[in-house]
Amino acid sequence: MQGDAVLTMRGICKSFPGTKALNHVDFTLRKGEIHALMGENGAGKSTLIKVLTGVYEKEEGSIHIEGIEGEAHIHSPQDAQNAGISTVYQEITLCPNLTVAENMFIGRDEEMVVHWKDYEKKAAAILNNLGIPARPRQELSSCSLAVQQMVAIARAVDMNCKVLILDEPTSSLDEKEVEMLFGLMRDLKNRGVGIVFVTHFLEQVYAVSDRITVLRNGELVGEYPVQELPQVELVAKMMGKDLNDMAQLEQLGQKSVPGEETVYEAERLSSSDSKPFNFRIRKGEVNGFTGLLGSGRSESVRAIFGADRVTGGRVKVHGKEVKIAKPHDAMKNGIGYLPEDRKRDGIIADLSVRDNIILAMQVMKGFFHPMRRSDMEKFADEYVKALSIKTASKDTPVGSLSGGNQQKVILARWLLTHPDYLILDEPTRGIDVGTKLEIQKLVLKLAEENMSVTFISSEIEEMLRTCSRLIVMRDRNIVGELTGDELTQAHVMKTIAGGVRQ
Amino acid sequence: MNKRIIKKGGVGQLLIPLVALAILLIFNLIRDPGFYSIGVAVNNSGNKVLTGNIISIIDSASELAIIAMGMTLVTAACGGQDISVGAVGTIAGSIFVKTLKAFPDINFGTLILAILACCLVTILFKSFNGALVAVFKIQPMIATLILFSCGRSIAYWIVGSATPQIDSPIINSMGMTIPGIPIPTPIFGVVLVGLILTLIFRLTTLRLYTESVGVNQGAARLNGINPVGIKMLSFVILGICVAVAGIIGTCRMGQVSHKTLLIDIEMDAILAVAIGGNNLGGGRFKISGSILGAYIIQMLTTTLLAMRVDPVNIKAYKAIVIIIIVMAGSPVVKQKLTALWHRIRSGGLKPASAKGVN
Repeated sequence: MQGDAVLTMRGICKSFPGTKALNHVDFTLRKGEIHALMGENGAGKSTLIKVLTGVYEKEEGSIHIEGIEGEAHIHSPQDAQNAGISTVYQEITLCPNLTVAENMFIGRDEEMVVHWKDYEKKAAAILNNLGIPARPRQELSSCSLAVQQMVAIARAVDMNCKVLILDEPTSSLDEKEVEMLFGLMRDLKNRGVGIVFVTHFLEQVYAVSDRITVLRNGELVGEYPVQELPQVELVAKMMGKDLNDMAQLEQLGQKSVPGEETVYEAERLSSSDSKPFNFRIRKGEVNGFTGLLGSGRSESVRAIFGADRVTGGRVKVHGKEVKIAKPHDAMKNGIGYLPEDRKRDGIIADLSVRDNIILAMQVMKGFFHPMRRSDMEKFADEYVKALSIKTASKDTPVGSLSGGNQQKVILARWLLTHPDYLILDEPTRGIDVGTKLEIQKLVLKLAEENMSVTFISSEIEEMLRTCSRLIVMRDRNIVGELTGDELTQAHVMKTIAGGVRQ
Repeated sequence: MNKRIIKKGGVGQLLIPLVALAILLIFNLIRDPGFYSIGVAVNNSGNKVLTGNIISIIDSASELAIIAMGMTLVTAACGGQDISVGAVGTIAGSIFVKTLKAFPDINFGTLILAILACCLVTILFKSFNGALVAVFKIQPMIATLILFSCGRSIAYWIVGSATPQIDSPIINSMGMTIPGIPIPTPIFGVVLVGLILTLIFRLTTLRLYTESVGVNQGAARLNGINPVGIKMLSFVILGICVAVAGIIGTCRMGQVSHKTLLIDIEMDAILAVAIGGNNLGGGRFKISGSILGAYIIQMLTTTLLAMRVDPVNIKAYKAIVIIIIVMAGSPVVKQKLTALWHRIRSGGLKPASAKGVN
């Protein structure tokens, strides 16, 4: 154990059916430091934290904690708590209908009799000490999200924590609230608490952290002092690319040449979840939205399809101004949308493969024009064959298919409607490599046939391979647009890391 | 009828209710070989009518079967149940009587008018429930709790705080038998509602939309389906079913009694949906299963009555049998039974596996 280390994790392994979530990962947290844990979605950040907090059991490796002789055995969240590890999650896990003081002490007392008066006094002292603007007798729900977050931290800190884990604490806070939270974090750091900070916001990492550990695909990439790792390099490390290699990326397949006609155009389009943005796509063009997770790329395409409540902007389809307020409007205008979260928004799990394939087409035909059974069978057969969907039969519930085949079913659903413009949000997520390539080839083929496609993927190579234009987003704003020679990983990363707001 | 169901939709979901019905049928056959005898008698109005336990079971289950059909749709679309069907059915009965009483005599014109008035009122009440569920996202049981508790008072108030009688050959024909036709009229009510629903499923995409909304309403919305509309529609259809059941019940008694009309039918209807193998959490559904469930419940009551069980105790016996049926259809037991079946097929039952039976 290193001298000032408060937590040392060595060679941690954890696997789930089919994946190695953590592969010999090391992590060291020193006293009085803020340590950012970075990585893309699925890199293993949350698994590592769950191992540390006893939600998951590690398969290999050791954990040492300052003040505990030998190896620390953490088998439950209670063990973690007793070992001095506290966690504050993204979503607030306190009880909004209780008071601040009640929230700080509930579930902690070993005594039978609860002395609320004492607790209120104690709570007042702690809140005052940490400079948290809340009164002990105030109902928690009357506090702002940031203050609720801080109360959760105060509760954790009072339980003598040595290690404080903050999992995406800023995702629902505004800029001022984030500053407040950072103030508290710095204060705790000066008191010697080691803080693990998990976030998707790069700027926040540089604003408050001392050290960064990067994970990728369940493996440790490295640990760096924050001043030695520029933002661009951090992005490169998270994506797993060496900056020097990136120029030599080979191109697979022939990119399509977009036509002249504009198929879809949006002007200052905004929705309940996205900020106003401008966007257009031409006939036969493949473009993509890129940016880190949480940058607003999915929200933007959802606005195009009318999936969230559209709040403003003008939309033209084939040069004619139209109103797209709900998915059905978009479908009538020849737009299809494969959602990011296949399980939640895509498949109707209990319904058959056939019903899932014909669903969008049936909806476009209308309520009083049910398709003939023979037509359904014909279309289902056609697309099961065309996309080589592996299923026991067309009557099999789609939920029992593998992820890749579920994705193909949803693709089939939209291809069947012959859209002019198809939006694919993360069509390759969580599916095997072979299917990923098939889907990319399909995108290029569709563009050849004059379909316009927006293709979003977390894997930047996939987008560079297929898109002729990339729209780069950060913090819910478009920060750049890349075409032609600029379509390189280096450019994308530079734009993500340091792009100027539109 | 059973054979057709098996051919049409596969037995999977209907296996348990069919087995339960078969056991009840066989049990009665052994207990009393004359249980199924059908005779012809002349009733008070001088009509020839079919008599016998089977006829009486199918006849008495009519209101329940009709409401169970509507309840299946609401369950499938909303993932919850309407507990105000009995109360709203009584309101329908009151409106029916009130409308008929407004005219000097009862003829086909006034009858049609009264039926339309009933449907209109129940559709209004059910649209209110539907709006609470679909727009305000209140749980169906809570959304319908209000009408469950005050519906019968409203019915009482509509008919002017009394239990008015209606007596006319037309009403008798509707509640009992039409002269010349020996089969009780309510049975035709079930057939009619069943046919209309079948027709709706043929001519519209209601089934696909309802199932999609019930399984995953977010995904359904992203495919252009309007979940609010579908949920409202399911309540409107239930409303019409409730009106029909209320009218049949009123005609059967020749009066509207807010205390006894369609009493406890909401729970029996939910039960019928469950016994029919439908998922009470919404999604895929089989109306035929719910109809089967309704007849099973009525069969059980009639059997117990025939066994001279004190009517006060019938509910207790019914509860025991129903618990057994529902447990037999539960996923846990199904899984264990399947495992047991495989073990028996692959080389004899070993003593150790006896543990898996319950």
